[in-house]
Amino acid sequence: MTAPRENRSHEFDRVPETDAEREVEGRPSRQAVLDFWEERFGVPPATFDGYTFWEKGAGKLWAFAGDVPAPATVEALGMTFLRVRQEHWKPTTDAVQRFGRHATRNVVHLDEERARRFVAGETVEPDWNGDWGYLIVTHDLAGEPEPIGVGLYLYDELRSQVPKGRRREID
Amino acid sequence: MVLERYEPLVDDVEAFRAACERPLPSVVRVNTIKTTVERATRALADGGHGFERADWLPKLLRLDSRSPGTSWPYFHGWLYGQEEVSALPAVVLDPEPGERVLDPCAAPGSKTTQLAALMDDEGTLVANDNNLGRLSALRSNAERCGVTNLAVTNGDARNLSLKPFGGEPFDRALVDVPCSCEGTIRKNPDAFDDWSLGHVRSIAGIQRAILRRAVQVTRPGGTVVYSTCTFAPEENEGVLDAVLREEDCRLVPFEVDLETRPGVTEWEGERYDESVHHAKRVYPHLNDTGGFFCAKLEVGA
Repeated sequence: MTAPRENRSHEFDRVPETDAEREVEGRPSRQAVLDFWEERFGVPPATFDGYTFWEKGAGKLWAFAGDVPAPATVEALGMTFLRVRQEHWKPTTDAVQRFGRHATRNVVHLDEERARRFVAGETVEPDWNGDWGYLIVTHDLAGEPEPIGVGLYLYDELRSQVPKGRRREID
Repeated sequence: MVLERYEPLVDDVEAFRAACERPLPSVVRVNTIKTTVERATRALADGGHGFERADWLPKLLRLDSRSPGTSWPYFHGWLYGQEEVSALPAVVLDPEPGERVLDPCAAPGSKTTQLAALMDDEGTLVANDNNLGRLSALRSNAERCGVTNLAVTNGDARNLSLKPFGGEPFDRALVDVPCSCEGTIRKNPDAFDDWSLGHVRSIAGIQRAILRRAVQVTRPGGTVVYSTCTFAPEENEGVLDAVLREEDCRLVPFEVDLETRPGVTEWEGERYDESVHHAKRVYPHLNDTGGFFCAKLEVGA
């Protein structure tokens, strides 16, 4: 029996399949990640078939569709898709734009005016009576709902979590 | 004047010069990882953006004067601003979903994200660059485009290691090398400020070493595409000629629905391997684009 290893901030380590196989303290399992997407957003676990999950830097998880040996000594592996190791896990904007179309729960739809303000970084008041916490935010584009990113819903307001570098005044 | 040097290679010098002095049209590529050409064009039209599709590659849209950077489809990663002719080498490489593909000089990522889309984001795409700052631009461009099959490395492409990738060779490599960038004069009027024959010759040595390494790490029967955005034969046919002698590979013909001229076999007293005529030269006046060079190689089986 070896002692739990620490997370190494410079390398990509593969996320264990289950909590029982965990070697690094605090690292979530693949199962826990799949459960999160399903329980919080209704994203079917099969959405992530063909992806491996990796941690680089404490709490930053990456989803990778390719194949490399672990641990990986590279700069980036697939896409950053989930922040863990805090009380509430938080999907990234890029993950929501890529996988959010599969979500069936905790999705809030904004009209055009509120969607523009949200992307500019403003807090908006949505028509929402559901859970507090991180929501997937959508709007209509080219005739269909399209996921914009993540909003934090608290006290009847939706705070934009669009990263500063991605905020835009849409014209 | 740098361009005078190439006038003996060009059939219509007046048109060549005039095109080099005009600014480039604004072009975007539809990112099919996140959407379809139909939805992207509908979103552009709904936002009041005018465009026309490029005949040779319908995923490329030539926009009217308005910038797409503040449009909804751009925010969603449906569009990538890319000079029209720079979309050529990924099309020629023609990677398939599930393959292992190398992009050794990848930043800032227009061709990398195009390769990922051609692979349907399946397989393993390795993007390398030696410049960390440019690599961070590549990473944010790839994330905006929703690319998930990408491994990014920071190293010198001349001695790229297969070790991080299990030691297995690649099926294909897109070798879009750093160059003297003469072909980008329409986008960047300062492109000739640092031009010198010495620079052309020294960068040709680097290009040769990068292409050699890419051939070495590609499996027998695999494909390597070599491209530059320069007119200088020293950096184009001259590099191919050297690598043909040094590595087990050959130039192969390819078709593309774009007006091009064949590679040149003779330049300033040098004679190059006859097969370099399979390469294609793109001059700005031929298709109203930047200047470009592209060659397709097959690694010895």
